[in-house]
Amino acid sequence: MSKVRVLVGTRKGAFILTSDGKREQWDISGPHFGGWEIYHIKGSPADPNRLYASQTSGWFGQVIQRSNDGGQTWEPVGNKFVYDGVPGTHQWYDGTPHPWEFKRVWHLEPSLSDPDSVYAGVEDAALFRSADGGQTWQEIPGLRGHGSGPRWQPGAGGMCLHTILLDPRDPDRIFIAISAAGAFRTDDGGQTWRPINRGLHSQYIPDPNAEVGHCVHRIAMHPSRPQVLFMQKHWDVLRSDDAGESWQEVSGNLPTDFGFVIDVHAHEPETIYVVPIKSDSEHFPPEGKLRVFRSRTGGNEWEALTKGLPQKDCYVNVLRDAMAVDSLESCGIYFGTTGGQVYASADAGDAWAPIVRDLPAVLSVEVQTLP
Amino acid sequence: MIRVILPPHLRTLAEVEDEVQLEVGGQVTQRAILDALEASYPVLSGTIRDHVTRQRRPFLRFFACAEDLSHESPDAPLPEEVASGAEPFLIIGAIAGG
Repeated sequence: MSKVRVLVGTRKGAFILTSDGKREQWDISGPHFGGWEIYHIKGSPADPNRLYASQTSGWFGQVIQRSNDGGQTWEPVGNKFVYDGVPGTHQWYDGTPHPWEFKRVWHLEPSLSDPDSVYAGVEDAALFRSADGGQTWQEIPGLRGHGSGPRWQPGAGGMCLHTILLDPRDPDRIFIAISAAGAFRTDDGGQTWRPINRGLHSQYIPDPNAEVGHCVHRIAMHPSRPQVLFMQKHWDVLRSDDAGESWQEVSGNLPTDFGFVIDVHAHEPETIYVVPIKSDSEHFPPEGKLRVFRSRTGGNEWEALTKGLPQKDCYVNVLRDAMAVDSLESCGIYFGTTGGQVYASADAGDAWAPIVRDLPAVLSVEVQTLP
Repeated sequence: MIRVILPPHLRTLAEVEDEVQLEVGGQVTQRAILDALEASYPVLSGTIRDHVTRQRRPFLRFFACAEDLSHESPDAPLPEEVASGAEPFLIIGAIAGG
């Protein structure tokens, strides 16, 4: 019988939640790396027991951990992230030039085919890759070097490269997103990049056609249709049907189109999920009701999913890397909150239950579907 | 032998339970101690000082003999009590954060 393994990164450690295919009874292990911020944990699609974790601390900096047994044991690997060449400058909050400085790894994206190959999205925004299981890291310099880098500016959470999508049909195509620079795509394995932000509108940017400067919070893709992308921007939910060449807003009847997460059903490429958040200055759900919104039409028409979720006095946030889906026949959806709850639905969002209620603030959630 | 006391999280990371003892050749300075520490425990590289600039991470402090040596030159000789092993070299995390 299939199993699921939920990998949870929190402000104070990592937790691993496992269940059988029913997803009713859960075993919880952790905290791993207690006291450290775990920004992200992700397993290799080519070897599900190979996990990578980003362990960070304001005191001690960055550590990368690797597991070869599904998270039972871990070993620290390389933590040397050095920008290629002269790092140069990006814009600071006040518009002045500011040197690129490595702060932390936000997101780890293992290769689809090689367990030893893994990408890291970092703050200050850059893309790194390891080809030796995380022992050494090299920047992919074409991204920062493509020309607009000096105009990138941090969002409130820092200038982070937080999303990495690998095209399952074309190993040379990668999508990434940066707050607050926008989305970018390479079609040549990372040598050259270009912004893919046409159709994005951000009130705080004076130039409506600005190619960079957009605060993209998350992008999602269904592996069967890698040319179709869904985006939760700072404000606005959007989709692209041409691999990011153009975007159309699909916020439709959402109560608010601010939010962080967005994800796609494992078997229905037009079924997508968001968690609306009241506003950029009020990072909690509208009306104190924690609701996932589902669209079965690829956007525009949304339904609130509330069964099992708190519908009063709930003021948590759901951060950008904190939603994931499993690939069991009845698709499971998972998300974690800044209040320390991890909610799961085993029926595509119709009904929810907390797996665990009292973890530290959740930074990231990933799911592995295991044989 | 030079004695080094690490903050608890780095003890966990380096898998040591108590103070660390190091052989340091030549003059005993902050740089010499940290070089020897990172050579013996490579996992600590980058956690106390920056990989490239070699500067102390901002929320860490170096103490010895009841003195804050954090702002001393990394190449300044440390007190004889540290060099002789009579006193430990302390690496301390700032009391900050939640």
